[in-house]
Amino acid sequence: MSVALDTPHTYLESQARWHPAEGVFWLATLLPFWLFPDYLVLASQIAITALFALSLDLILGYAGIVSLGHAAFFGLGAYAAGIVSKYGWGEPITGLILGAIVAGIVGYISSVVVARFRHLALIMITLGMGLLLHEAANSMGWLTGGADGLQGVKIWPIFNTFRFDLYGYTAYTYSLIVLFLVFLVARRLTNSPFGLSLRGIRENSVRMPAVGAPSRAHIRKIYTIAAVMAGIAGALLAQTTETVSLEALGFQRSADVLVILILGGTGRLYGGLVGAVIFMIARDQFSGSTPQFWYFWIGALLILVVMFLPNGILGGIAKLTASWRERRGRA
Amino acid sequence: MIGPMIGVLFDGFAYGMLLFLLSVGLSVTLGMMNFVNLAHCAFAMLGGYVTVTLMNSFNWPFFATLPFAFLAAALVSIVFERLLYRRLYGASDLDQVLLTIGLAFVAVAVAAYVYGTIQQPVTMPGYLRGSVTIFGLTFGAYRLFLVGIALVVTLLLVGMLEYTRFGATVRAAVDNQRMARGLGINVDGAFALTFALGSGLAGLGGALAIEIVGLDPSFAFTYLIYVLIVVSVGGLGSIGGSFAAATLIGISDVAGKYYVPHLGAFLIYLVMVVLLMWRPAGLFGKR
Amino acid sequence: MRKALLGTLLATLFAVPAGAQQTVKIGLIMPYSGQFADTATQMDNAIKLYVKEHGDTVAGKKIEFIRKDTGGIAPDVAKRLAQELVVRDKVDIIGGLILTPNALAVGDISAEAKKFTVIMNAATSIITTKSPYMARTSVTTPMLNQTLGTWAATKGGVKKVYTMVSDYGPGHDAEGAFHLGFKEAGGEVVGSVRFPVANPDFSAFVQRAKDSNAEAIYVWIPGGAQPAAIAKALFERGIDPKKTKILGQDVVADDSVLKGLGEQSVGLITVTNYDYNRKTPLNQKFLAGFREISGGRNPDIFAIGGYDGMHLIYESLKKTAGKTDGDSLIEAAKGMKWESPRGPMMIDPETRDVVEDMYILRVEMVEGKPQNVEFDKVKDVKDPVKARMKKQN
Repeated sequence: MSVALDTPHTYLESQARWHPAEGVFWLATLLPFWLFPDYLVLASQIAITALFALSLDLILGYAGIVSLGHAAFFGLGAYAAGIVSKYGWGEPITGLILGAIVAGIVGYISSVVVARFRHLALIMITLGMGLLLHEAANSMGWLTGGADGLQGVKIWPIFNTFRFDLYGYTAYTYSLIVLFLVFLVARRLTNSPFGLSLRGIRENSVRMPAVGAPSRAHIRKIYTIAAVMAGIAGALLAQTTETVSLEALGFQRSADVLVILILGGTGRLYGGLVGAVIFMIARDQFSGSTPQFWYFWIGALLILVVMFLPNGILGGIAKLTASWRERRGRA
Repeated sequence: MIGPMIGVLFDGFAYGMLLFLLSVGLSVTLGMMNFVNLAHCAFAMLGGYVTVTLMNSFNWPFFATLPFAFLAAALVSIVFERLLYRRLYGASDLDQVLLTIGLAFVAVAVAAYVYGTIQQPVTMPGYLRGSVTIFGLTFGAYRLFLVGIALVVTLLLVGMLEYTRFGATVRAAVDNQRMARGLGINVDGAFALTFALGSGLAGLGGALAIEIVGLDPSFAFTYLIYVLIVVSVGGLGSIGGSFAAATLIGISDVAGKYYVPHLGAFLIYLVMVVLLMWRPAGLFGKR
Repeated sequence: MRKALLGTLLATLFAVPAGAQQTVKIGLIMPYSGQFADTATQMDNAIKLYVKEHGDTVAGKKIEFIRKDTGGIAPDVAKRLAQELVVRDKVDIIGGLILTPNALAVGDISAEAKKFTVIMNAATSIITTKSPYMARTSVTTPMLNQTLGTWAATKGGVKKVYTMVSDYGPGHDAEGAFHLGFKEAGGEVVGSVRFPVANPDFSAFVQRAKDSNAEAIYVWIPGGAQPAAIAKALFERGIDPKKTKILGQDVVADDSVLKGLGEQSVGLITVTNYDYNRKTPLNQKFLAGFREISGGRNPDIFAIGGYDGMHLIYESLKKTAGKTDGDSLIEAAKGMKWESPRGPMMIDPETRDVVEDMYILRVEMVEGKPQNVEFDKVKDVKDPVKARMKKQN
């Protein structure tokens, strides 16, 4: 697929077209209903994690912002949705929107700070902000339930008909639909001139203003959008599990999602989704058999991926198909 | 009033000295090669476990184990540097972060497998326990010892940096790596040695930390956060910066907890975020 | 030869379905990995010991375990694991449950799926209210700390105390319970402070305690690195447990403190529901068996909670003659009384929570080594929080 001589518009158009592999992927997400009906709750949590990883991809893979505190927005969305249901309003869709708004507002405010820094200072500031929020949630036990977690979260049935059942049918359908809708938005965003300028900022943020692209404003925008998406993921978790705890905003969650995204490959949108599937299923398998060795294998896997597959699993696949296609072309 | 205040300042300073020993290696290697080594605290943990094993299984006296904690960490770090790290010197920040985090995960799993997940208790020699009274003020004996060792290490490091050829090489490489190479200086060799030295110091710090903060496999991550705070606030590549930052963090942490206990853990993160916003390159950083 | 083969084939065909019907599946949800992994190791060893001693068949049915790892505090994961145990693995009973947030989340599944659930460690009072099928075999934080408070102000002879606790849920519970017990018995709390959960350095807080000049200091911290660290900080500041009474829950004088401080730990006073040095024949047998199966470790509250949890399950199954539905089992569990290695205990028929004795221990030198020695006890303690809740209703 030679794009060297295309104009930016035709390039964008070609990227925006749906590749058949994408269709296969989304159809495959429906399989659990028939093949793995006992695993639907796990599937819904994979979908939520995938959404969270997708939001991180927007800032990390496309804008180059390394954040060690992204779980802050996930947690904010989760607590917002949880707290509002505890005090009487358990309608899921509006709770989801509320979670998104709360995360978005905090995301916007912090984006003003984040846009000013790079490298180690940025990493440490995002880490510090995440840790501060965690401490705040811990001390405000009267609101958040503190270390015991939020109690009394009761979510009403969706559209008053679909109850959140023990088997997880509603949970998975709900999470999957939300994931797909948000994914469409992310896809549209990255395959637009805005998306291209983000990639420019990632490669060389100093030069972008010289080309007329306001880097700081763009960074603020994408950071806020990513915060909104992470907030939606958090709200989904709170609603489908009817629990929220401090771990939703913790460092472990921020670190895990970073690992997931790297595993799958940054800057490809699907990287986060694929990474989430692999990571969550692997962890679930380990939790039953040899849980103590989980850290060993994930550490070894990380080392291997960084050394041999720097663009993640999807990057590796892309390289393979490119070289295979080249060989076919030559033959 | 003065008594407790001096006590708090001293304790904060001692805690800061522990952080300094743990962080100085990372600061110099970051400044020299821009290599983000998040497995740094895993080396510290290694030093700690070496001391524990030598003391508990072989009944060595505490002091004798310290040089070995240093050496073990330094040697292991050389092995990893040769095998893994050098391939990623030009790679992105993120890749280095992930490689070294992966290494740290593996180290934690191995430590849990070999030593179990329990706390490792060690009994310090009697003269290092309890307190010492000077001019009517009580100082923890172990903390005095810690401050003493840290000051000796600082003097040795500064002396090495200022007065030896090797030190001059290191300074040149930190200031301008390309120029230094252009002048024919063996930057890679200097880096390998500096890396070993820094990791060895981390190992020593880990061994010394057991008495104050305990040792279990999660040490590699718990202290990583504090070390990163010291390094980023102090500025990369600067021994003086690490010293100043460690002192500042140590004292503000302890003083904060004494005078405003409800702020507790907030203070240290708040101080870091504010300082980094004011000076993103750290107090003594160059970039 | 052919007949024998056919015979064996038929036998296996008939054996398998019959065997499958005759098992009782127990799902164990614990933090097998992560920073709390050690507690899970201790509890799991105790469970294995019980099965080794009593066999793996109860009321004609075979006991089968399915273990699930939560990785630490992760209520969403715990809830999902419980749901999977019920739906996928079709367990009859849920056990384990060391961490409170996880236990609370599992409560929802226990109630909805009507499964008999045994809480083998989690110590927050309200957990048993989450599901009518939950019973607890460990202890609650208020039981331990309110008892200590009352004891300290009465038999302990303490008039003024300074309290220091970790700044999170369980710490707040302990502080509240101790203050309540102490003040109701006529004592005065001269000051209190809370320290951050992940606290590497206690010196500032210990200095504040020293400034207050109280005759006693009460400490509540989670296990792990902190007990030895705070004990050393106290000692460094010149606070002598023989002169200033230092009171706390069992972890304050655990093995790491005794080893780390040596004879400076003499005088520490703690409250516990299980002291492994107990000299009864039942406990000595348990102690020996546990040391063997765990590779030399001493049992602790996690171990005894698991051991007695298994006992409750076995005895309830015997009482229901093998019926495994939630209603039958919880009815059988209510009011169950037995003599455990820890002492006498009972499952309260109303609250389904544990009723047991609280032991007051002091560190003394025994054969040249510091050891916790029991010197007083409070009998038949019930969870005070639920008792108060009942009075209000």
